[in-house]
Amino acid sequence: MATRTEPITVNIGPQHPSTHGVFRMRVTFDGEDILNVEPVFGYLHRGSEKLAEERNYTQVITLTDRLDYVASQTNNQAYCIAVEKLAGIQPTERGMYLRVIAAELQRIASHLVATGFLLQDLGAFATPLMYCFRERERILEMFEMLCGARITVSYMRPGGVFQDAPEDFWPALTTFLEDMPGYLDELDMLLTGNEIIVGRTFDVGVLKPEIAINGSVSGPILRSTGVRWDIRKADPYDIYDRIEFDVPIGTRGDNWDRYKVRLEEMRQSLRIVEQCVAQIPEGPARAEVPFVFRPPAGAEAYGRVEAPKGELGFYLVSDGTIAPYRCKIRSPSMINLSVLSDILVGYKLADLIVTFGSTDINMGEVDR
Amino acid sequence: MTAWLDGVELARGIEEAVPGSVESSNATAVWVRPERLHDVAARLKQAEAWDFEYLNAITAVDYVEYFEVIYHLTSMRINQACIIKVKCWGRDEPSLPSVVDLWQGADLQEREIYDLMGVVFTGHPSLRRLLLWEGYIGHPLRRDYLEEPLPYSWPHGG
Repeated sequence: MATRTEPITVNIGPQHPSTHGVFRMRVTFDGEDILNVEPVFGYLHRGSEKLAEERNYTQVITLTDRLDYVASQTNNQAYCIAVEKLAGIQPTERGMYLRVIAAELQRIASHLVATGFLLQDLGAFATPLMYCFRERERILEMFEMLCGARITVSYMRPGGVFQDAPEDFWPALTTFLEDMPGYLDELDMLLTGNEIIVGRTFDVGVLKPEIAINGSVSGPILRSTGVRWDIRKADPYDIYDRIEFDVPIGTRGDNWDRYKVRLEEMRQSLRIVEQCVAQIPEGPARAEVPFVFRPPAGAEAYGRVEAPKGELGFYLVSDGTIAPYRCKIRSPSMINLSVLSDILVGYKLADLIVTFGSTDINMGEVDR
Repeated sequence: MTAWLDGVELARGIEEAVPGSVESSNATAVWVRPERLHDVAARLKQAEAWDFEYLNAITAVDYVEYFEVIYHLTSMRINQACIIKVKCWGRDEPSLPSVVDLWQGADLQEREIYDLMGVVFTGHPSLRRLLLWEGYIGHPLRRDYLEEPLPYSWPHGG
């Protein structure tokens, strides 16, 4: 006799250790099968867009640090590019190279966090996470050399970066570039062949490319479905057009591909940093830009970068005063949630946390 | 390099595809009449020469007399992008047709704009507040949002 079941709705979150922040999922189950998922968020909403309207263009940089707080450098970069477009500022060559070095190191750090927490969600408690954090720590130490801060860096400014890299940064970066490929191979060897990881991630949380495009998904999630779209290639900013790198893509769009794309992207980031170190010219790290300036009234600009989570864009409108009239943040984490129910419905309760973890969202950026 | 389409040329194309839909245009953007927005969006998505299958972002700007809602569209195949703008008049209940049926990615963004700016998207399947809680009074991203503290509006606490 078949067992008759009745759907039940369960709230997962807002305080669940695996939800990567205060995030709630209203999930309807039939037995163990997921029937419907609805994301509920806003618990971390600080009104960054409103706050930006009351600060001058330079002060807003500190707000951008606190969006995606595991990838502050790319937030700074996106904002600075938008301001440069708005005010017609030309950043210096050295400044752009330093920005790209910082942003690519940040991408490695962010992907390490994503990979570590994916394993944490799979039940490999703490050890793999610490392996990932070990290398991330070295990146944060280099950020400390650059600007004195580890997480909320505020390193970049319209026109470049606020100070040149100190002398001891370069040897530290060289040793890091030497050590990191071996470390990534170690991580690859530990994880890629692991039966539990393969069993839990293969063909779980599958996303179709047409749904991903229709759902405005960007970043590693989009590329894992097989769409070769990377803003660094498609619409190069700063100095990415002078640098050779590949855009890794997946084939199935499942949890496994998302993990694999991130791993490959870390290798490509190392390649980019190596080329930047070889190419970086001498000169000022920042163009002469005053602390307070007034972009032309009525100017509008959309600046975007490929952040570790996807397309991060800032849409700025100026009214000729020292503060932006409107500062809209196109946050990849929030928009990637549009397809959350597509990747979860039809799978089991046990896959929910793993799949959610593999999307690598950051609540600071979702709620802003 | 992504080619950002020239607004004037794009406006000519849109006017041809959907007559009477373009309000004005400049070098970067096309202003579309609100009532024809959905038709224009559908054509932009489906026409072979445009193929804007990817919606980057929806932004709303409050210019006090009107709201301007801005759509950034991208075609990944041709690597081109365009900016469509809509002026939305009125402060009590400004409304626009929803484009969720064309781009699923518009769902959360339209809810966010409704939440923070108070622009109503007609045809949206579930237009509720996104970041703030149900029962919150006002739309904080509007330029005339109250500056003095609001009456406490959390429904179950306090």
